[in-house]
Amino acid sequence: MPSSDSSPNQPDRRPLIVLAWLWVGVPLAYGLYELVRKATQLFTA
Amino acid sequence: MSPPVAPVGWSRWLVPPAALSVHLSIGQAYAWSVFKPPLESALGLSGTQSALPFQLGIVMLGLSAAFGGTLVERNGPRWAMTVALVCFSSGFLIASLGAATEQYWLIVLGYGFVGGIGLGIGYISPVSTLIKWFPDRPGMATGIAIMGFGGGALIASPWSAQMLESFGADSSGIAVAFLVHGLTYAVFMTLGVLLVRVPHGEKPVSGGPGAFEGPQVSARDALRTPQFWCLWVILCMNVSAGIGILEKAAPMITDFFAESSTPVSAGAAAGFVALLSAANMAGRITWSSTSDLIGRKNIYRVYLGVGALMYLLIAQFGDSSKPLFIGCALVILSFYGGGFATVPAYLKDLFGTYQVGAIHGRLLTAWSTAGVLGPLIVNWIADRQEEAGKSGPDLYGTSFFIMIGLLVVGFVANELVRPVHPRFHIPAPREAADAVQRQQPESA
Repeated sequence: MPSSDSSPNQPDRRPLIVLAWLWVGVPLAYGLYELVRKATQLFTA
Repeated sequence: MSPPVAPVGWSRWLVPPAALSVHLSIGQAYAWSVFKPPLESALGLSGTQSALPFQLGIVMLGLSAAFGGTLVERNGPRWAMTVALVCFSSGFLIASLGAATEQYWLIVLGYGFVGGIGLGIGYISPVSTLIKWFPDRPGMATGIAIMGFGGGALIASPWSAQMLESFGADSSGIAVAFLVHGLTYAVFMTLGVLLVRVPHGEKPVSGGPGAFEGPQVSARDALRTPQFWCLWVILCMNVSAGIGILEKAAPMITDFFAESSTPVSAGAAAGFVALLSAANMAGRITWSSTSDLIGRKNIYRVYLGVGALMYLLIAQFGDSSKPLFIGCALVILSFYGGGFATVPAYLKDLFGTYQVGAIHGRLLTAWSTAGVLGPLIVNWIADRQEEAGKSGPDLYGTSFFIMIGLLVVGFVANELVRPVHPRFHIPAPREAADAVQRQQPESA
């Protein structure tokens, strides 16, 4: 699905999109990693 | 402050990370329990006292979302995210001062009252903007943001614990931890403030129908419709049923299998709680996205109908099979999260996008009610059963049947939802704009 109207004169937003998603994605990945570590105790402890 | 309008070419995919930066931050509230034991030993508090900042925070969340919703609609998402940033971060800074000076009332005031306003305004801040940017997939869009609220605790819980370990669990260590939290969240939420934009001309950049197409109902009129109160009952029942498990997850799984050949250790019970958090978060994005395909009414039929069936399975056969117990609990928690994430899109379907944020704010009082109702039922019944000499699964059987009853009530309320009567509709977009102007002086 297209994300925006595009024209040759408009600035390329892709670097900003990547940066913004990394900004929120990296902490979330850390949280998920810690969660998986804890959840595995259910099957190993 | 006028809402920031997107320039031509602005990507709508910049709006979900803006929303996530706020929701991942304020979701920290669910990790408050990390601070409880250190506060209790450093300041000599009871368990009830140390829960006060969190409880006040949740009450303020409901109140500020209900009463601040109209302001959020009027001033736009950037204003709302700025207010959320200032309140949430300064709440931590005030709490830091309280811990440093060993004045517990400052922690309650800062984290609970001031921070709680940040929770409520922050929770509803991106909802209507996301729906306007993604009118073709409102369930997915709001699901991403509200998933962030679940994810916030996953990040904060290990991060806060690590910080207390580094700075120390005494009052000065707690003060430094609060200070770092406040400053870090201020920086993290700034992304949302800077990135959020409303679509140009209230139209999506591409795809989907126009944001103001279809019937539109004002927040004031929405409260006069039976549909709003049906949704209120649905949300309240669904949340109560989910909290019933979430509140006592660790002792519940331990009690269920205490006399089995494979009892559950404390570490395994903590793993079960973590797994429930994952199901809660995954349900928010998965089920709300599914609602875009099968419809809002159908997805709530699943949450409430299949949820009741899951509770019945646990009540009847839960103690005979650990995988069955865990599987049913995970499904229930995924429906709990899904219920939260799908409700903004359900509101949009019924009342339009005109004041959907304000209506959503008022609906969140159902969450506050359920937050009291669910734990009260499960804890009160478990205590009475224990006094009567019962143990193991017998402590929870009655609660489970009450939860089934609540879900059935919610199911019936969902069946009663019909399109809103045209007499509540705002006639046309032009008149809607006039109506906004007329309402401003009244509520200013």
